[in-house]
Amino acid sequence: MSCSLIGGCTPPQGNKEIKNLKSFSTAAERFEGAHVLCPGCAHSIIVREILNATNDNLVVSASTGCLEVCTAIYPHTSWDCSWIHIGFENSSTAIAGAETANKALRAKGRISADTPEPKFIAFGGDGATYDIGFQWVSGCFERGHDMMYVCLDNEVYANTGGQRSSSTPIGASATTTPAGSHSYGEKQHKKDMLQIMAAHGAPYVAQVAPNKWKDMVKKIQKGFDTKGPVYINAMSACTTEWKFPIHQTIEVSDMATDSLVFPLYEIIDGRELNITYRPKNIVPVRDYLGVQPRFKHLFKPEYEYLIDEWQKRVDKDWDYLQRREESRV
Amino acid sequence: MYRNKRSMELADVEVWDGNVANSHALRQASVDVVSAYPITPSTGTVEAYASHNANGYVDGEMIMTESEHAAMSGCIGAAAAGARSATATSSQGLALMVETLYQASGMRLPIVLCMINRALAAPLNVNGDHSDMYLANQTGWISIDACTPEESYDLVLCAFRIGEHLDVRLPVIVNQDGFLTSHKAQNVRPLSDDAAYDFVGDYKEVNSMLNFDKPVTHGVQTESDWHFEHKAKQNAAMMASPKVIEEVFEEYAKVSGRKYNMIETYKSEDADIIIVCMGTTYQTAQVACDKMREEGIKAGVVMPRVFRPTQMDKLVETLKNAKAVVCMDRSAPGGQTGLLYNDVTAALFNTPYRPLVSNKIYGLGGRDINIGHLSTIYKEAQAEVEAGKLDGAIQKWIGVRGPELKYYSVEG
Repeated sequence: MSCSLIGGCTPPQGNKEIKNLKSFSTAAERFEGAHVLCPGCAHSIIVREILNATNDNLVVSASTGCLEVCTAIYPHTSWDCSWIHIGFENSSTAIAGAETANKALRAKGRISADTPEPKFIAFGGDGATYDIGFQWVSGCFERGHDMMYVCLDNEVYANTGGQRSSSTPIGASATTTPAGSHSYGEKQHKKDMLQIMAAHGAPYVAQVAPNKWKDMVKKIQKGFDTKGPVYINAMSACTTEWKFPIHQTIEVSDMATDSLVFPLYEIIDGRELNITYRPKNIVPVRDYLGVQPRFKHLFKPEYEYLIDEWQKRVDKDWDYLQRREESRV
Repeated sequence: MYRNKRSMELADVEVWDGNVANSHALRQASVDVVSAYPITPSTGTVEAYASHNANGYVDGEMIMTESEHAAMSGCIGAAAAGARSATATSSQGLALMVETLYQASGMRLPIVLCMINRALAAPLNVNGDHSDMYLANQTGWISIDACTPEESYDLVLCAFRIGEHLDVRLPVIVNQDGFLTSHKAQNVRPLSDDAAYDFVGDYKEVNSMLNFDKPVTHGVQTESDWHFEHKAKQNAAMMASPKVIEEVFEEYAKVSGRKYNMIETYKSEDADIIIVCMGTTYQTAQVACDKMREEGIKAGVVMPRVFRPTQMDKLVETLKNAKAVVCMDRSAPGGQTGLLYNDVTAALFNTPYRPLVSNKIYGLGGRDINIGHLSTIYKEAQAEVEAGKLDGAIQKWIGVRGPELKYYSVEG
């Protein structure tokens, strides 16, 4: 039976207790398995982990991209929660509009004060976040909407077939920057989106990866407990465009976090940096690249220097993160 | 009733420009979310509304976005969440918004857009012409035209009623001329806050994202299997809207004493020569029309009050007895005839009525159009009627320096 009150009658609420992986499998699912994302796609793992981290009512938006086109194909939907897609660049502003509507309707009494506050989450891929929707995300964070923005970062325009984005790392072969006899592929370094979002003075920003699910749930719940705009950069290994076998998503993700190519950390109030995962055995960058055929040309003698440079960069970045954490500034 | 808690005492007659008039209509409609970005000449609508807000006359929220695209995106998110939402823009702002205009109408969200008409660059120009109104022509928004601040005030109030009607559920643009209307203070006879809100009524929520007992998916993917049916339903609502618009205009007449019509006419009933135009030109043409009548030319003026959806049957009814119809388009036509010309000729084509129909391109970038120009147009059309054919070409450019510009020859 549908509730006649705007705002709904559902009691709930708050973060869900997640002790082990089994808690996920028994959790009420608001993102159904019936979608058409590629087998092995990390997007669905991340989205499930985020949605399952809370009992609160959810208003979710998605940018045009893999997640959107694979989960809301009329007359079907994978979303058992309020959901909206407008365009490629504006999932952030769509949710900001809904969040503002919530404020207005509560102020006017159209939603009663004792109706629990919902959570507002926007999803976008790296194309939608680093590139075309960058301004929209920045605007929402500057205005301080109470929302969580999650970038599903697979370092490529996967939905349109593998074009480079400003998240694509140097040396990757993408369809618009392919490796060839005269090119090693992408020429630019990946944009550091987390630092950019931290520079907005956002109360909470964090990098997460689906393989480190405990770390991820902790950060998501911390984000849900934070008032104001929260940015989550979620590494989403892409079996189709990174070209690894579909059963190796978690292994490749492990190599990303353990090689420190994708370090897991958080920044609070734009300043306080905490590293949240320190690999016991650091994996060489070379090994991480080696399992992804998008980088296979880098192993030719003339391009090996790029791998060495990458390793040096990762070492330097890791050193920077540790110093910054220690300095507590 | 969810009207604003604090009401404003208004005089029977206020002196407001078009922007201020808009701001009061938005305030009285008790809009939940105004999401907007500044652009000349529509900024005044948002500034005046922000001032009402700052002084406690607005219970809703404002989102001051970082672009017009985001402004409309915010309106869409808010509307899908069950909020009455509105914005204002002009020209380049409208152009940047275009993607989201299609999304708002396709998602059937009754947002109201106060459009202050301005030329589109290049060259950059802040003055009034109808390029932006014409750009929105196929976006699936109902488009209504106002000539004065009072008309814009009235029609913005009507726009909420029209768009939110459950048989319509479409977004609505209310146009007015940049500067000529937006910045020219004139008499406005406003309704009281209570009377205005009683007329607009509470927002009728449909599929709100904030009703968590009935989760809804908005903005789905449809390909060749379902897209066509969605667009057909959307267009059917557009085609059904005139009935609702007429009802709303009737009801508004009861509370305001001011009656709007789908097609506005001035002395057109017995006219031989009719000028069809929009915006402030409609008023100037009425003065020219009277002058022509004194000189013995049976002149008339017609304005589509509702520009979209196109009123073909009503255009035929209005124009059928004319001997010449001059369609005046205030937008660079881009290598074709103007939209009013296209509407009028399309309306008449499958009828037995065959007035001479010509097209004038005028007033681009705010170039003045005066009584003299319009009188000349009437006289030339009269001469064409006497000659039994157009003078050389269908389209002529009026009031532009340099050699005479005429296109689409009618010479054998």
